[in-house]
Amino acid sequence: MNRNKILYSGAIILAVTLIAALLVALVLYSIGASPLATYKTILTGPLSDLFGVTEVLVRSVPLMLVALGIAISFRSGILNIGAEGQIQMGVIASTAMALAMPHAPKAILLPAALMAGALAGALWGGIAGWLKAKLQVNEILSTVMLNYIAAQVYTFMLRGPMLDPNELETGSGTPQSMRLPEMAFLDTLVPGTRIHMGLILALVAALLVWMLLWKTTLGYRMRTAGAGAKAARYAGIPVERYLIVAMLMAGGFAGLAGAVEVSGVHHRAIEGISSGYGFAGIVVALFGALHPGGIVPSAVFFGILLIGADMTQRSASVPANMVLVLQGVIILSIVSAQSFLRNPYAQERFFRWFARFSASARKAGKGAQS
Amino acid sequence: MTALEPISELKLEGITKRFPGVLACDGISLQVRRGEVLALVGENGAGKTTLMNIIMGLYRPDSGTIHVNGEEVHFHSPGDAYARGIGMVHQHFMLVPNMTVAENLALGLKELHHFMNLDIKGAAKRIREVSERYELPVNPDAYIWQLSVGEQQRVELVKTLCLGARLLILDEPTSALTPQETDDLIVRLQRMASELAIIFISHKLNEVKALSDRVSILRHGAVVFNGQTANHEPSELAALMTGHDVVLPRNEGSGVQGEALLSVQNLCVRGDRGNLVLDGLNLELRAGEVLGMAGVSGNGQREFADALAGLRPVESGQILFGGKDLANCTPREIIHAGMGYVPEDRQTEGIVPSFSVKDNLILKDFAEPRFSKMAFLRKKEIDSNAEALKERFDIRCPSTSTATGSLSGGNIQKVILAREISRGPKALVAVYPTRGIDMGAQEFIHEQLLARRREGIGILLISEELEEVMNLSDRIAVIYKGKILKVLPAVEATRERLGILMAGLADPDTPGDAQAEVPAGAAHE
Ligand SMILES: Nc1ncnc2c1ncn2[C@@H]1O[C@H](COP(=O)(O)OP(=O)(O)O)[C@@H](O)[C@H]1O
Ligand SMILES: [Mg+2]
Repeated sequence: MNRNKILYSGAIILAVTLIAALLVALVLYSIGASPLATYKTILTGPLSDLFGVTEVLVRSVPLMLVALGIAISFRSGILNIGAEGQIQMGVIASTAMALAMPHAPKAILLPAALMAGALAGALWGGIAGWLKAKLQVNEILSTVMLNYIAAQVYTFMLRGPMLDPNELETGSGTPQSMRLPEMAFLDTLVPGTRIHMGLILALVAALLVWMLLWKTTLGYRMRTAGAGAKAARYAGIPVERYLIVAMLMAGGFAGLAGAVEVSGVHHRAIEGISSGYGFAGIVVALFGALHPGGIVPSAVFFGILLIGADMTQRSASVPANMVLVLQGVIILSIVSAQSFLRNPYAQERFFRWFARFSASARKAGKGAQS
Repeated sequence: MTALEPISELKLEGITKRFPGVLACDGISLQVRRGEVLALVGENGAGKTTLMNIIMGLYRPDSGTIHVNGEEVHFHSPGDAYARGIGMVHQHFMLVPNMTVAENLALGLKELHHFMNLDIKGAAKRIREVSERYELPVNPDAYIWQLSVGEQQRVELVKTLCLGARLLILDEPTSALTPQETDDLIVRLQRMASELAIIFISHKLNEVKALSDRVSILRHGAVVFNGQTANHEPSELAALMTGHDVVLPRNEGSGVQGEALLSVQNLCVRGDRGNLVLDGLNLELRAGEVLGMAGVSGNGQREFADALAGLRPVESGQILFGGKDLANCTPREIIHAGMGYVPEDRQTEGIVPSFSVKDNLILKDFAEPRFSKMAFLRKKEIDSNAEALKERFDIRCPSTSTATGSLSGGNIQKVILAREISRGPKALVAVYPTRGIDMGAQEFIHEQLLARRREGIGILLISEELEEVMNLSDRIAVIYKGKILKVLPAVEATRERLGILMAGLADPDTPGDAQAEVPAGAAHE
């Protein structure tokens, strides 16, 4: 019975991916690109050398962290669309923290910078959680609005208080902060590449989130609040409190992702640092079935897509934004697939079809043998 | 969507349907003709719904044939079934709540869809015709969310008839209805029966007796009995349905009733619309008794139960429990005080449907040292707890890791009861504990409640089934318009007397009560 369910879900997910790929192929075709060549570049290009592989992993780190937070919030019954803003707040806070203590030793400075980022993100997410818990403000609205505010704050900080004084002197005016002290950098894992300790951090985080959600009483409370708010109330679980906790955590992970991008990759706050990780993280989380065990591979997969899209832009002159189209199509496909997964009649049809298919395949196999 | 010729006979032969691991239908043969009501009874999981879904073309049988008017048919979708005049009202209504009745009908009627334009007026007209012809009053312009469950049921019937059905399949149409709504539905169906063929699914045998001409009993997917309803007693049918003699347990009286356990004084509580729904309610529950609360639903039972669970603010008054006032305490505090609770809506209030059986069994105790250590859940303990309770409460599930929401109503209720009882409460509030549950499970639940009573737990049983209240209670309190009208010993209660009290009329046996709405304090002994 369980094996059948897995078979069915697997088939549906495969079908979803194929349909999404097909739809995007249509779009590619319509802009005059060759779908086959594009897919080939996207999927094989990034993995053709060590540098490509490490770049994929560099991209997957923030995706993983954001998606873990998204999974916590979705599982607790609150839809966090605000990771993008939470990342930016994390970037500002961690940069400020690192720049404020330029002479501190690494053992203090690096954790302090990362913590500051997580804390800022947590607060930014917590606002939406608090609004939902206390005033029943729809979290989708509030998180989207908070994204706008965060974007404005971010731009203001980079062009104003945090602007690198060098930029003013040289007059180039690139809106970016001063470079962080080296004591605030995350170490590089493979010399000559950009892959950094953040990857280890993200993998450990995935393990911790899994333990939190499925092994602890706190996780049990949060999942109960998310999966059956009414039953949770009858069982004495204060659902509202866990909405806030969930948003604090989700925001914290997004903020941490921002901090990791600063200390691990860019070493300063720059404009466009998040490059859409906040939204891509939602897709990663859904594609990974809101489970850390699914999110890790899913983040790597989307890392491949992001790098691959860059490559096609260069080699096949397909705009890298095609990845956004692909993401959108995948989300739509997942959501529609879920209604299929739940429909018992569709399941029954599938098995009927599958049974007939495998029977005829067996017959054909026998025929070939004799 | 007009039928080729009006359906006069449906015949199933040897229908077999296997799901992975279950034989849902096992060579079933049935027959219905126009002008006839066939009752199909069987416990939860007997295969009734699956069989009906096969008739409607939602599932395909593994083997067997379906004949309409003597001609073999193969339906691929409900549309095909409707084309031959067969329609079904599902157990769970399929109406869009934020649309009107007419809009809901228009959704299903292709001929009303003209290019870019939906003929809502046409739909409303159809509804009026049908509702007049079959005496099923519905207002085409009402929004579904405004309607009571009974009215929605009527809309489903009208919709099905408008779509051209002349053979109606009703899958447990009464399981969500109040007794009053049920009586009303049965009367209407009786009137309609002469022109239609009806397959009526239920596990309440009094309904079957009242409505059907013939009855077929399904057990484990096979027909075990076919017969004329009039020739068989309900007890005989019940035994065939469950496979053993069913004797619903009764409270034998005796028993030592202890001191007052729960004392509710002058309780005032507001309803969802802000009006005072409970207006000075007084009630006392003693240890070791079952106190039945009878009343037509909507007289404040729901609000009373909510207030007892700590989920609805108390305006004024007290809920004294073990010397402590629980009014306006949090659910957590009330649970810790030793109150057990079986909520009205088991699917959403009693369990988290997507959680496994074992996770639902610790819903209230996961943080206790027994199930957790330093904020970590103790998986072994949780597993063994679930296995033990599964055994003790006869919870029928493939495994304790199964999603609880996929179990039948009776088994979900057993999960809830197992959780609440195993916590060792001092008092237990059970709200409509057997609504829509089959006889076997009902028998079991009743036995459990009576066994707890013997152990000295005080049980408040809120129910609208008079049978249940009279069978189980030591004393019966009648609630009417937010007050307790009368508390009487169960031995003095009769159906008639309770019925009169529930209607808010003076109690015929106490000539002193001149007026119906005596102050609750005075009516309370
Ligand atoms: N889609 C399905 N997949 C697997 N098993 C099913 C499915 N639908 C029903 N069953 C199983 O078939 C049996 C009959 O179910 P059902 O027809 O719903 O019973 P009833 O309506 O008489 O309560 C049950 O054991 C149920 O678990
Ligand atoms: Mg059923």
